Amino acid sequence: MFKLGAFFAGLGFAAAVLWGIWNYEGLAYPDAVKQLHAKPKEVVFANDGAFGSYDLAQLQRGFAVYKGVCSSCHSMKLVSFNAMRDLGYSEAQVKALAKTYDVASIDDKGEPTTRKGLPSDNFPGPYANDEAARAANNGALPPDMSLLASAREEGPRYIYSLITGYAANNTAHYKQLDETTDSSGHKTKLEKLVKYETPDGKYYNPYFSNLNISMPPPLAADGLVDYTDGTKATREQMAKDVSAFLTWTSEPKLEARKRMGTNVLAFLAVLIVLTYLSKRKIWANIK
Amino acid sequence: MAMDWMVDYQPKSGISKWIDQRLPLPRLVYNTLGGYPTPKNLNYFWNFGSLAGMFLVIQIVTGIVLAMHYSANTLVAFNSVEHIMRDVNYGWLIRYLHMNGASFFFVVVYIHIFRGLYYGSYKEPREMLWILGVVIMLLMMATAFMGYVLKWGQMSFWGAKVITGLFSAIPLIGTSIQTLLVGGPVPDNYTLNRFFSLHYLLPFVIVGVVILHIWALHIPGSNNPLGIDVKGPQDTVSFHPYYTIKDLFGVCVALFIFCIFVFFTPDLLGDPDNSIMANPMATPAHIKPEWYFWPFYGILRAFTFDFFGIPAKLWGVLAMFSSILLLFVLPWLDNSPVRSANFRPIYRQMFIVFVIDILVLGWCGGSPAAEPYVIISRFATAYYFIHFLVLVPIVARLETPVSLPKSIGTPVLNYGNLQPAE
Amino acid sequence: MAEPLHPELENPRRRDFIHVATGAFVATGAAMVVYPFIQQMNPSADVLAMATVEVDLSKLQPGQGMKVKWQGKPVLIRYRTPAEISDAIKADTADLRDPEKDAARVKAEHPNFLIAVGVCTHLGCVPLGAASGETRGEYGGFYCPCHGSVYDTSGRIRKGPAPKNLEVPKYAFKSPTVVEIG
Repeated sequence: MFKLGAFFAGLGFAAAVLWGIWNYEGLAYPDAVKQLHAKPKEVVFANDGAFGSYDLAQLQRGFAVYKGVCSSCHSMKLVSFNAMRDLGYSEAQVKALAKTYDVASIDDKGEPTTRKGLPSDNFPGPYANDEAARAANNGALPPDMSLLASAREEGPRYIYSLITGYAANNTAHYKQLDETTDSSGHKTKLEKLVKYETPDGKYYNPYFSNLNISMPPPLAADGLVDYTDGTKATREQMAKDVSAFLTWTSEPKLEARKRMGTNVLAFLAVLIVLTYLSKRKIWANIK
Repeated sequence: MAMDWMVDYQPKSGISKWIDQRLPLPRLVYNTLGGYPTPKNLNYFWNFGSLAGMFLVIQIVTGIVLAMHYSANTLVAFNSVEHIMRDVNYGWLIRYLHMNGASFFFVVVYIHIFRGLYYGSYKEPREMLWILGVVIMLLMMATAFMGYVLKWGQMSFWGAKVITGLFSAIPLIGTSIQTLLVGGPVPDNYTLNRFFSLHYLLPFVIVGVVILHIWALHIPGSNNPLGIDVKGPQDTVSFHPYYTIKDLFGVCVALFIFCIFVFFTPDLLGDPDNSIMANPMATPAHIKPEWYFWPFYGILRAFTFDFFGIPAKLWGVLAMFSSILLLFVLPWLDNSPVRSANFRPIYRQMFIVFVIDILVLGWCGGSPAAEPYVIISRFATAYYFIHFLVLVPIVARLETPVSLPKSIGTPVLNYGNLQPAE
Repeated sequence: MAEPLHPELENPRRRDFIHVATGAFVATGAAMVVYPFIQQMNPSADVLAMATVEVDLSKLQPGQGMKVKWQGKPVLIRYRTPAEISDAIKADTADLRDPEKDAARVKAEHPNFLIAVGVCTHLGCVPLGAASGETRGEYGGFYCPCHGSVYDTSGRIRKGPAPKNLEVPKYAFKSPTVVEIG
């Protein structure tokens, strides 16, 4: 009786999904986003791989790009000034850096005011709150950059590709399927090439999830940032540096993690051999 | 099947006698892990029980530590997790252990379950052991789901919303149940607080059920790759030192693989969207749960059409819950007296198809809700239910098993390759 | 047969060595795992970063005091009047429980400012006497309401159960009216 019930329950579920298979509608014709969206470009970073570590000079350059370009719209609220010492800045340099920022505070009359930043503060954002940020950016919210590299697939490569991937609007074309029915009811399908229209106020970028990004090209020209280490500030170089910097803001403990991991794995490898030998000894007399 | 050749605990010194008469805790430990007679032919698939225990301990220890630094309030929860990652001494290590530990706990438990399915460990006299195991899996799922919400990222929030939304499919009372679970119209601070409380509590409930699970194991004793009963002392070895050292070796290998993930690709099993703070106003483009729920999520999404007067949503939820709950009655669906699939030629083929089926369901569940994944998941879902509810009972009746060896001791000549003489 | 029948009997030392080595490695590994789990209880980076605080003293009038937070602890600042300073110096010769000269507790260029950690050395309460209107005890300094310890205008213990003077933190004047504590 119980098995009969199970039998029919099983057939019931199977029938229900098979009904769905019977009514299969077929693959949808890929839309413009599917056709035009691009995978991130291949870029190599110093911190790639099991033993890769950060290139401090590059991180400092990346920070200069953030400070000079990105920070006018994007916050970096999770990073403290003190953490910048990991980039090779001295305590005094960090103190001086913090001082150049104004941090929201309250004066002794209870009125909102600002004070000079301290090393223990986090980087203040360019806007007081999200509403102010939207109001200043045509309704779009520039995302906080602290975790940007973790919050996107292939983060650093995505950021690099996005910054360098702007294309003029009128170059993108995609295929559209036209279905026409004539008077006798005969259907004809025709593929045609259509120009991709970017809405007003948006910029075409094939690396962005829906192709239409609100951010204007941030690194529009070479030499936007003054590099102090003699590196030539080309657009690609700046994009790469800031991507590396944002990897660090996402994962400040990356180097400690890999270093410890190497040691732990080496230790465990020895332990695997030892326990295996012990096991073999103990089991030697069991037939 | 009392194994009366087991050497009982013998307190040697005066003090251990004194303790034994007052609190026989050493006796309990010895009888569980020391002298317990264990079939001598267990293969490495039998390591996964102790591995599951290890990952449970890792989760509880790292979890207690994380709770020292975490704040369950929607305003600061996300940032408090980042505080752990950036400021707390070794906080990144402890959180990565916990994150990946959850995944590895499921890996290990799923292999443990598949081992039970292959070698018939759910069959008489081990039904209670199996049922307690399914209870542990359900508790793990609830715990993992609520833990994922605590980070209060985008996937946390929308996962909480979607999963509690499943209950709204129940006719009449569904919406009330959903509201009761969430504590309001949408997940918010009240949800986060109760999930934190329960996420802290449930692991200890799991420990309790694990103790029952081990107790229920020691009544009939362990199953073995031949699936035949232990006949006498020549078939067993004492758990210590034979299986303690074998389990220790397994633990080291598992830790090695675990550490590759923890130290070199800690975010591989996570979702980038969860690095964005929860935003109730915008859904991520592609909502999916953690990988260990994908097969069940695949079943849920296979139903997108009303059928037989039952709405699509209810079909999906019914099927998803049934797919797990039917494991409770599996011992009574499979009447074959032969346990090990090594001696059941047809069931063995079905089992291989079933494993592939689960992998396909998982692949579909982790893919976007679009064709061709939906139609593939429909075929896979159909097989899932036909396998358990139709084929398993029928095959149990019709199949002619290969002749079994007389005892674990007899196939002594080809012991080691586990393919007994036919 | 290359393998001896009972290897553990023929070569007992090697067998022992492997088990001992395994045990030692497991124990070492366990000890190394414990370290980060203990270490996480120590102050985190953001707590340690709060090491210094800058205080603007320009608003204080002689005789007034203020309380500021430094590393989570209250710091008492008193703008001492000339009379209070001379009281404090006079007491240098008195029979003190924790003998210390007033000059050792203030900066020579700024003897009018007493800066001391507001944690009673008895059991950690915050002594009264910094804010205006608070009782200052019979030596005109600070008075701890918990168990009645009395401190003078140099923050030295004069009466009550506290064993030591109020701790003077490390501080430096950045300008005549701005001090950095820590």
